[in-house]
Order: sequence, then C-alpha cells, then structure tokens
Amino acid sequence: MPLAATSELAISVTNLSKHYGERAAVSHANFDVPMGTVCGFVGPNGSGKTTTMRMLLGLISPSGGSGTVLGQPINDPAKYLDRVGAMIEGPAFYPALSGAENLRVLATLGGHSLDQVQDLLERVGLGDRGNSKYKTYSLGMKQRLGIAAALLPNPQLLILDEPTNGLDPAGIQEVRDLLRSLANEGTTVFVSSHLLAEIEMISDSLVMLREGEVIFAGKTHDLLLQQQPIILAKSADPKDLPRLLQIAHEAGHEGSIIGGVAHILGPREWATTLNQLAFESGIVLAQLSPVLPTLEETFFEMTGAGE
Amino acid sequence: MIRVFFAEWRKLRRPSLFIGTMVAIVGASALVTSLLFLLIDSARGNAREGQVINRASLELPHGLSIGFSSSAGLLGLVALCIFASQTAQEYTHGTLRNLLVRQPRRLTLLLGKFLAMCLFALISVILSAIVSITLAFALSGKAKVVTTAWSTSDARIGVLHTFINVLLSVIAFGTIGMILGLLLRSPISAISIGVAWLLVVENIIAATVKHSGKWMPGQLMNTVAAGGDITATYSHALLVLSAYLAVGVLVASVLFRRRDVTN
Repeated sequence: MPLAATSELAISVTNLSKHYGERAAVSHANFDVPMGTVCGFVGPNGSGKTTTMRMLLGLISPSGGSGTVLGQPINDPAKYLDRVGAMIEGPAFYPALSGAENLRVLATLGGHSLDQVQDLLERVGLGDRGNSKYKTYSLGMKQRLGIAAALLPNPQLLILDEPTNGLDPAGIQEVRDLLRSLANEGTTVFVSSHLLAEIEMISDSLVMLREGEVIFAGKTHDLLLQQQPIILAKSADPKDLPRLLQIAHEAGHEGSIIGGVAHILGPREWATTLNQLAFESGIVLAQLSPVLPTLEETFFEMTGAGE
Repeated sequence: MIRVFFAEWRKLRRPSLFIGTMVAIVGASALVTSLLFLLIDSARGNAREGQVINRASLELPHGLSIGFSSSAGLLGLVALCIFASQTAQEYTHGTLRNLLVRQPRRLTLLLGKFLAMCLFALISVILSAIVSITLAFALSGKAKVVTTAWSTSDARIGVLHTFINVLLSVIAFGTIGMILGLLLRSPISAISIGVAWLLVVENIIAATVKHSGKWMPGQLMNTVAAGGDITATYSHALLVLSAYLAVGVLVASVLFRRRDVTN
C-alpha cells in the first residue's frame, strides 16, 4: 500500500528484482519511501539490502521491475544522482590521499564546491584530521569520512548502508542525531543498519527484507502495533523455565527462552493468569513483565534471523 | 568530462605518485641515452637488443633524438603500469562506486580518466625528451660525436617527429594498461600480465616465428616510437596497432558500461 502520492516519494519501487543465475538476490520488491522521512532498511545478512541500494544508485542493473528515485526512473541515474548522497557497503577511499583530498576528488567530480570540505569534516568530527592520510584512519573515522562524502551534494536523498559500523556509542549517537537533523531539514534518509534499536529510534518508516523479498513496508509504529505483546517471565530457579513454557503452551500461548528469560506471547492481562498457573505448579517467579516487542524482537520473529 | 579530468588529475598529481614516476622517467631516459653514447665503441652494442648505433648515425640530424626514441619502451612500460593501476585500483579500493554515484555516465568517466592519464604521459614524455636531448649534447664530446647537424632545422623537425611518435607509442602502452585494468579489475594482474606479455612472450614469439614481430602490439609500439624500423614500416605499425587498440577499447568500454558494480 503506497504511503503517499508519487510526487511526494523519494523512492518508489515496483516488482524490483535482481537475479544472479537461478538465485534471486532481490525478488519483486515493492516499497515507497516518502520525502523528508527517515526510512530504516532492515533484513538479515544476504537478504538483498545492499543489492537494492545499488540498484537505486545505478550501480547494478535490475533483472526486472521498475523504480523511481526523486521522481526519475532508476534506469537513468544521471537524472537524479546529483541530488543523492550515498555510502554503500562501507567507506571506500584512496589510502594514499588525505581525508580532505579524498573529499575534494569527489567534490570536483560531482561539481560541488570545494569550500564545503572543511565544514563537512567538522560536521562529522574529523575537522582536525582532514589532512591525515586515509590509510591512517580508524574504522570509525573512515565511516565518518564516508558520511561526509555522502553529504557533499547537499542531498535531497541520503542512502546509507550500515553508517554506524565501527563507531563507538558516542559516535553512533552523533550519527543518529545527524540523520535526524538532516531529516528535520527536509532530507530523506534511507538507511540500513544492524543496530535495530537505533533504527527504531530514528526511523519514521521501515522496509524489511527476508531472502530478497519485502516482508514489511510501512510506518515503524504500525509494525510494532501489529505485533503481539510479550510477557517476560523469569523463574527463581532457571530449571523451571521449560516447565513454565509448557504451562503457557497448554494454555494456548507460545513462547521461547532467550537469554535465561521466557518470552511468552500474550496480552498484558494474561500475566496474572500465568502468575497463578506458575504458583499452582510450584514455580516461584522472580520477574513477570508484560512488554510490547521491540523492533529487534519483531525483526527476529518476522525474519527468523535468530533461529 | 572536464570535472572527471580534474578529479582524476587530483589523484595523479599526488607527490608520491607524480614525483616518484617522474624520477623514474628521468632515470630511465638518462640511462638509455648515457649507454647510447658511452658504449658507442662497445662490441656488445649500445642500443636495444644489442644493436649498434655508430657515430655516423648519431651525427645525422635525427641522431639528436635517437636516445629519446630509444627510451620509449621504458616510458611505455611506466605508462602501462600507471594507466593499469589507476584504472584497476578503483575496483580493488571499491572507489568505483563513489565515482559512479557522482558521475553516472560511465563512458564520460572513462574518457575523463583516460585524458587525465594522457596528460600525465605527455608530461613524462616532455621530461624524457628534455633529459635525453640535454644528455646527448652533454655526452657528445666524450663520445666524440660531431653535433653540427643537430643545430639544423632538420634536427628540430626530427625531434618534433620523434616526440609525436614517442607520445603515440607511450599512450598506446597506457591504453593497453587501461584495457587490462578494466578487464582484470586488479592492478597486480593487469600489470603483471601486460609486462610479461610485452617483455617475455612477445620476444619469445618474435625470436621463434619469422616476421611475427610485425603483428605483435609491443613490437609495433616500439616501431611507432622509432618512426618505423626493421620490424615493420611506420604506416603498417600505426595501422595494425590502431586496429588492436580500437578492438580492445571497444570491448573494455562495452564491459565497463554494462557490468554491475558489486565491489
């Protein structure tokens, strides 16, 4: 279901597919990304995220389907890439050049002002290391430089593949704040990450992939509301947990043990019943808390990635 | 196009690459010209493959540029390495995806890179010409070569012709390097295969199969640099070499335009 009219969409793809021989890296993907929003792009490794992003950037030709980016067809990327910033599959620069010179190469190529290079380095926290050679950068610094490069065209659309890889917690928060502020300024951000808590915090909408197929595309809030609430239960004696799951199962509620805690699907009100049933079976509960599933839990449930 | 050219030039002008290469060019040109004059009386020869270039030849108007044209093979190998590495490294560093996001017209990107590398080759040929000609004058006394003819207009025209021929030859070497870089996507593979073919395989074939040299690209590039030699005439070398390069450029361009960028 489209989220907005075509003119208000930064990205729109219909039946987008990419096949390598018999294998479908992306299969009939359909999703829209509204303008001015942060859209998270999630899926297990090998689910087709990077392939999709590469198709949106004209780096890979689709095997089928169609799409538009900023209103222009993806088979003519020259029409929109001057308004798009991107970092795909990690940062990639010339090791023998400084960070600033690497940015100048890309700015020259794209016809962007060289004056903004220092400002961008400051913005990503590399202001004092711009003249150091790229090969001396840490992984986090390389990642920051990649984000700076993506910001060179002052983009209407920013496509970022795992931008927080290698960053420390403070760096992750900085990137999160940066993406949010860019969205507030009107930039559309399409971002993939394995840090689902981060995605949950910053994204307005979400596209979820599994084995090359889109299994959810829509507002993040709607996805979480669709999920069944969970009751987290921890017994005083960890050996009682399987028996607790059995009791829940017999009462029609499925569950699993994750990290020494039973995760049982069921509404908030049923927690009282579970407590009663556990007590009657001689199980002492040390914790009983009904919660809504996080994006991470939803992700594992929908993609089966944790199995 | 102009933006691609200047972006590529930014990479080529970095001191470690530019100064390092130019020092190598000066060294190679100086070595070839010095050997030409200092070994003029050596029975082992004073030029490529043991050839003897005697005083009578060096004292002709075109004798001034023989050292320069003899350096063309080495200049060409340097050009092959530069063109191949500058092209293939975009794959190994993964930087091609950045370039294509900023310049999605792939053939424009390729042509802009090529022109920037041609400028690099032009500077190296100019430098080689200056070093070779300066050394020719400097060593002529020691080698007892009379230089009266070197000051004539024929000598100046000869230098100009040699310059054009060496430049064409060096760009041809570079183009082969670029084609290999595009096809193999690895600097090490492109350079090693290119150099091994030109220095080893071609020489073995030329030594074992009669008249094969006139069909070998490496031999033909040397023939073009020399303005024609015993291997082939200048026009034959230029024609066959152009045909080889046209086919190579066509195949590499089509592949570059159509191939998915997955690294």
